[in-house]
This record gives sequence, structure tokens and C-alpha cells, in this order.
Amino acid sequence: MKTRFARKFEPARRKFLKQSVAIGGGLSVGFNFPGALAQKAGAAVEINAWVVIRPDDAIIIRYARSEMGQGSMTSAPMLVAEELECDWRRVKIEYASANASVKRKRVWGDMAAVGSRTIRNSQEYLRKAGATAREMLIAAAAQEWRVPASECSAQNSFITHGAGGRRVSFGKVADAAAKLEPPKDVKLKDPKDWKLIGKSVKRFDIPDTVMGRQRYGIDVQLPGMLYAAIAQCPVFGGKVKSMDASKVEGRRGIVKVVPLETFVAVVADNWWRAKEALRDVHIEWDVGANGNVSSASLMEFYKGGLDAQTDVATARKDGDFDQAFASAARKIEAEYYTPYLAHACLEPMGCTAIVKDGKVDVWTSTQSAEASLANAAAVAGVPLENVEVHRVQVGGGFGRRGGAQDFVRQGVAIAKAMEGTPVKMLWTREEDTQHDFYRPASLIRLKAGLDAQGSPIAWYSRVSATSIIATLPRLPLKDGVDPQAVASLNDLPHAIPNVRIEYAQRNTHVPVGFWRTVGHSQNPFVRESFMDELAGAAGKDPYEYRRALLAKSPKDLGVLEATAKAAGWGKPLPAGAFRGIAQTEAYGSYTSAVAELSVDKNGEVKIHRLVLGLDPGYVVNPDNVVAQMQGSSVFMLTAMFWGEITIKDGLVEQSNFHDYRMMRLREMPKVEVVLAPSGGFWGGVGEPGQASIAPAVCNAIFAATGKRIRSLPLKNHGLTLA
Amino acid sequence: MIELTVNGRKHSVDVEPEMPLLWVLRDVLDVKGPKFGCGIAQCGACTVHLNGEPVRSCSVPVSAAANQKVLTIEGLAQRGQLHPVQKAWIDHEVPQCGYCQSGQIMAAVALLAKNRDPSDKDIDAAMTNICRCGTYARIRTAIHAAAKTLKSTKA
Repeated sequence: MKTRFARKFEPARRKFLKQSVAIGGGLSVGFNFPGALAQKAGAAVEINAWVVIRPDDAIIIRYARSEMGQGSMTSAPMLVAEELECDWRRVKIEYASANASVKRKRVWGDMAAVGSRTIRNSQEYLRKAGATAREMLIAAAAQEWRVPASECSAQNSFITHGAGGRRVSFGKVADAAAKLEPPKDVKLKDPKDWKLIGKSVKRFDIPDTVMGRQRYGIDVQLPGMLYAAIAQCPVFGGKVKSMDASKVEGRRGIVKVVPLETFVAVVADNWWRAKEALRDVHIEWDVGANGNVSSASLMEFYKGGLDAQTDVATARKDGDFDQAFASAARKIEAEYYTPYLAHACLEPMGCTAIVKDGKVDVWTSTQSAEASLANAAAVAGVPLENVEVHRVQVGGGFGRRGGAQDFVRQGVAIAKAMEGTPVKMLWTREEDTQHDFYRPASLIRLKAGLDAQGSPIAWYSRVSATSIIATLPRLPLKDGVDPQAVASLNDLPHAIPNVRIEYAQRNTHVPVGFWRTVGHSQNPFVRESFMDELAGAAGKDPYEYRRALLAKSPKDLGVLEATAKAAGWGKPLPAGAFRGIAQTEAYGSYTSAVAELSVDKNGEVKIHRLVLGLDPGYVVNPDNVVAQMQGSSVFMLTAMFWGEITIKDGLVEQSNFHDYRMMRLREMPKVEVVLAPSGGFWGGVGEPGQASIAPAVCNAIFAATGKRIRSLPLKNHGLTLA
Repeated sequence: MIELTVNGRKHSVDVEPEMPLLWVLRDVLDVKGPKFGCGIAQCGACTVHLNGEPVRSCSVPVSAAANQKVLTIEGLAQRGQLHPVQKAWIDHEVPQCGYCQSGQIMAAVALLAKNRDPSDKDIDAAMTNICRCGTYARIRTAIHAAAKTLKSTKA
């Protein structure tokens, strides 16, 4: 279809096919039609789904997942380029098309940027794609030279023949290479031979961002486009009972008021007019059965889960907890609570769509173009291959824009009601805060028994929380356990002989979803704070206590030791300063944190240093990993000091940044990142950074004040971040 | 009709005087650099300069910009040369998702226009925009770097 993007960039596209032109994230919007490239003789040649080479030696590497600031749009292509042996300076990155993915039988695999998966789950096929293309280019050159391919090698976008010293660029042999049968089995480089992986490279999307040229879902502009603002039933699950739009009829710019099942949309000639008019549309809601639910009633419900004898699943059982606990020299028990949290992506939810002639075009900031496409197809009632989800930069994702896709269903439903006209639907911040899929609240009871030496011989945890898996993707739980709900408890790595971990699934009407780091954003706070309680009861140093219990878990131990060393654990501190330490695995990576802080009499917590350790196995783009760790610090400090979504009369009490507080620059502590990649495995990066922070900070607060924090956020304990 | 100058170009817009400047820029003039984040002047993603002063355009009625000069991120580069703040932002790889960054950059440019050598405290006071990805440490570093560049070009 013709869009303003496509039109605007049409000359660029022709140029793109003929000669060199820089591709930014924004520029690639609207013309991602892989396959078309390969068909143009003398133009760019597709060697395989990931690698396209132009005669002028520009290398186009496709990126299938989304870019939302995590940097994978740059680091994933690095993996291809490493094996391809191309000149990184001539690499351009292009989004793979979700529509082409349908037609080409998911040739790019999973396109979702969720669960810190992009590198760890695609590294093998991306490296193989690069290696396969390299071998085909070498074979093509060898054929032309009539020499064995084994005598040729590739480097820096050139193939050379060892004996004769002949040399040809990738671009010259790309056409011939594309016609060859891809080799079935390619050998990947030994990590010690990597030239690109492990070096800090500049992210591709940053220049466009800095020049104001980056295009997010909210920025799409189409000819004849209208704008929609929506009001959803304030109580989750409620419906529109009746609507009176007479007050806005005939008002300037107002085109249509569309009542749908769970929301009302005002469509106008600009978004502000739509939003203003919506306030004057009188809507009566049928809130259903949940109009009396409050945070207090939810807490009672979760408490019931802790005491229940039925509807409880066992997530892990080692030895006999009851017997060991009964015989323990010392018994410690505690309850911990972590609240609901909103994602608060800075770009509010939105979706632009046009439904026309049985086809749907969607522009939306999404973490999963495939999920957006499937939802758009379902709502419009068209086959998958009739939908395109145009790729844009995502203005923050953090899990909100993955599986739920509520905004795409709404956007397409509105576009369907306005068939033939493109409509840009955008939420207000208030809608965004009050209609999220929240990080679940979780109430956890812990018990531990220590032997006479203070070592734990028995550990029990029961988690009472809503299941994301059962309520969002609505998948059956294996053995009744939601792995996210018990994360970092069911895989407790410590040498404790008797362990029982239980899960009481307690689902409520409050929608829950994947919030950056998910279960690992809350359970390590519980586990590692309680571990400090045990160390305290045993009269042991919290670092040494953990070391002893992790002696047989080398990766956990390794990052703990590296972080403690960098933080100077055990060394004297300035007067009034105290340390706390924590450690956990998360998303296949190993993390640790040491916080150094002081607390004044007004409850102001001054964090002097936050040392964050990470062992992700391999580090692809080190500076980007550091950025993710810095960002994780802000995300977690925001959550642990202020983050709390509360419910009253069935709806969310917070509405915008004045009452759902975000950390500001002036509160940013000094963060020191310790990258300790030990090799041999691939762990995630976008989420693990958060996991160890809250317990390290709370353990330091305990060291400073003697006050054990067993619930978040800290504002409820009279503490704030200085 | 309300007349205003955006990035050196004069425009006449036929809109309600209370329509926020942000939405006139974005939906009427197709200037998409300034972003919508909160609508209540909390986050600063919509920051533009009004006669050189940083303002949160989501909360400024367009009537307040009548016959005034508006500068957005799109107008920052001069004769193809990036502003030293933009250059520092690239050198230090500041943005993550980048959604807040046009506002952050406009706030930083306004700070440096008034204060060529801001201290950390000055930066704390001036840079109140929200970055959900958490790029604050790099924003600080980049502002100091840009200040150095500005000082050396002036000298």
C-alpha cells in the first residue's frame, strides 16, 4: 500500500537498490519486502534470509525481532557478521517483514523480543546463517577461479585465494553465490577467534534518535488518517452498558464515536480533539462482579493462599523439609510481599491500522510483530498473509508489548469500524497506567531451619500469587506451577538438603503480565533478604555465608566473588556507610550486586555505589551490556523505592507520573558494572541486571538501620532515595 | 488563524487557541520529534524551546506560542552540523529506546545555553525529564562532554 512513509522514502528505496545509502531504523519503515530485493538482477542479492549483498559490497543483515532500546538490533547482526567475515563498517540493518515471515514459513524463526531471548535463543542460527553465506561466497569465487574452495578464505568482505593471491569482493560474487546450494553443515568459529563479538560497537539506531528522525508507532503519518482516543471500562473486565455522545456530535473535527464491547473510541481529525471530546461522552459501564475489590481484599485472598491445605502445588521437593525443620537447632520464619507494578513505557500504547479490501496494514510499537499480525488478522477476520505489521522503533517495551496485544485488537477494531480509512489510536497516560497487565503482586511465606553451626538444613517457601501463564497466554500449568511465580526459589542453588517450594495459584480480576525480569524482579528480593536473615541468625558474614552454600554452584559463586571483590567487600567503610550483597541466576545469566549506602535520620537512603556483576556466558557488545545494567538499576530502584499499583473499587488508583513515580536523574547513584563472562553458555542481558539489586540494597539498609525490609516499595517504610 | 515560527519556518494554523502546542506540532505540522508521554508536564518527552526557553509543549496552549519562535529537535542541527549536545549523545551512546531523548536533548541544550560549564548539581536541577530506560548516567556524562566542546569552540 501507499503510505506517507513509503512515498517519502520511495526515491530512497530506488537509490537503496542501486547504490549506497544509510539505513536507519526509521528509513526502513514501510518498505521491508524481502524477496523483492533478490529478484532484481544486478541489484541486491539475497544469499539467505539473513544476508543480502549489494554489488557495491554493502552488506544488508536482516533483524527479525524488535528494537526497544535493548540494542539487539545491533548485537544480533554482529553474530551474523562475525561468521560472514564481512566489513562491519559496510553493514546495514533491515527489519525482516512479519508478512514475509508468514509467506516464507517463519524463515527468521521467532520474531519476538521478549524474555531476554534475542541473543541466547538465536545465536546459533544467526552465526550459522553468516557462516553458510560465507561458504557460498567462497565457493562462488573458487568456481570462478577454478581452484578448490579449501584454498580460499574470506576476510573483511573479500575472498582471497591463498596461492595465487587473487582477491574478489563479496559484491562481485554474490550473484553466483546465491545460485549455489547452501552447505548443510558449517563449522562455527571457536570463541577465541572472534573478531567482532566481544568488541563494543556503536548501535545503529542511535543517530536517527538523536536527530529526531527515529520513528515510533506514535509517529506514523498516513494520507487521510484519522485519530482515535479511547476510554476503557475502569474496572477490569467490565463492559459498555450505554453511551450518550450527543454532547460531542457536530463538534469541530469529531468524525465518529464508536462504542465497542469494552471501550468507547472517539475518532477525530486530530488526537487532541478526540481526547477532549471523549470527556464529554457519557458512558455507563457494567463493571461486573469486581466493583468492590480493593488492595486489602486482594491481600486477604493471597493470605488465604499461604494457609490453604488445598489448591496448592509443589514446585520442588528435596529430602523431608518437615522432619528437618522440626529437628533444627534454630527456626526462622518470615513473610515477604511485593506489589503490582505497571510498565509505564514512555510511549503510551497505541496502534495505527487500515482495514481495506480484505487486507490490514498495522503500524504499532510491538515486541512481537508476529503476535501483532495474528491479533490483527483475527480481529479483521482475514488470513495471516493479508496482514503486514510495519516495523518501527518501540518506545519502551519491558514486557508490556509482547503477548497481550490488546492495543492492536483495539486499533484494528476501530479501523474496521472506519473501513478504508487509516486510524491512529493512542492511549492517554491515564489509560496506560490503569489498563496494564501488571507485574503480579506476590505474598511469600518462608521457613528455614539451621543446624547448630548455623547452616541451613531445611528451606520452605510458599508463593501465593496470580499466574501469568494461566491468565495471559492461558496455557495449562505443568503440575500446577507457574515457573515465573517461583523463579529463583524452585532453582535455589544452595547446598540445603531439605527444600520444599510450593505455589498457590490465586487468580484475581487484576490482569497480570510479564514485567521486565518478571519473577526474578521480586523473588530474589525475598530469597536473598531471607538468606541475610539466616546469616544474621547464624552470626555469619552474609558474603561468607553465601560462599559456603554455593561451593558446588560455580557460576553463582563466580559472579558473587567477582562482584564482592570489585566492591571491596570486607574492607573498611567510611563512617555511616554500610554494605549489602545478593546473588541469583536470571534468564540464563548469573548476577550479583553489592550496594554501599547510608541512611539518614529522615529516611533518606544515599547509595554511594552500586556494584553489579553479570556473567552472561558470552558478551556480544560490551558497552551495550553496560548500558543495560545501568538501565536495570534505574528500573529496579524506581520500583523498589516507589513502585506500587493499588486497587480501590475494582480499579487502579494511580493514573500518571505524579502518583506513579519514576526515578529522576538527580537520584541516579554511581553504578559500577562488572562483566565476568565465563564462556560456554549464552545467557540473557536485558533483564538479569535487575535481579540482585533490591535485596542488595535492602540488606545494606538492614546493616545501616537494623530494620529488615520485608515488603516493597520502600516509601511505605518511610524511606526514600536521596 | 494562529501564526508561529517552527524551526525557522512560519506557519499559520487554524486550531483552537487552547490546543496544546505539542499536538499542533505533531498532528497539524507533522513535526514528530517532540513526543507525548504524560500530558501533564511531568515527563518532559515533549520538551521544545519557546523563544529559547525549554517548555513542556503538552501543557503549553498554542496561543502562548502565537507569533513566537519554536525550536524542536528537528531544527537543532545547523547547516548539516549536529549540535555539540547531539554529537555528545552519539559519542556516549546515550539513548536506549530513545523515546524521551529529543526532550532530554532539548533540555540539555537549554541548560548549556545558559550555563556553559554546569556542575553536577546544575545538571541535577535542570534535567528533570523522565527516562524509563535509565540513561541518566550517560546523559550526565554527555552534558559534561558537550560543555567541553562548547568551551573549546568558543575559545
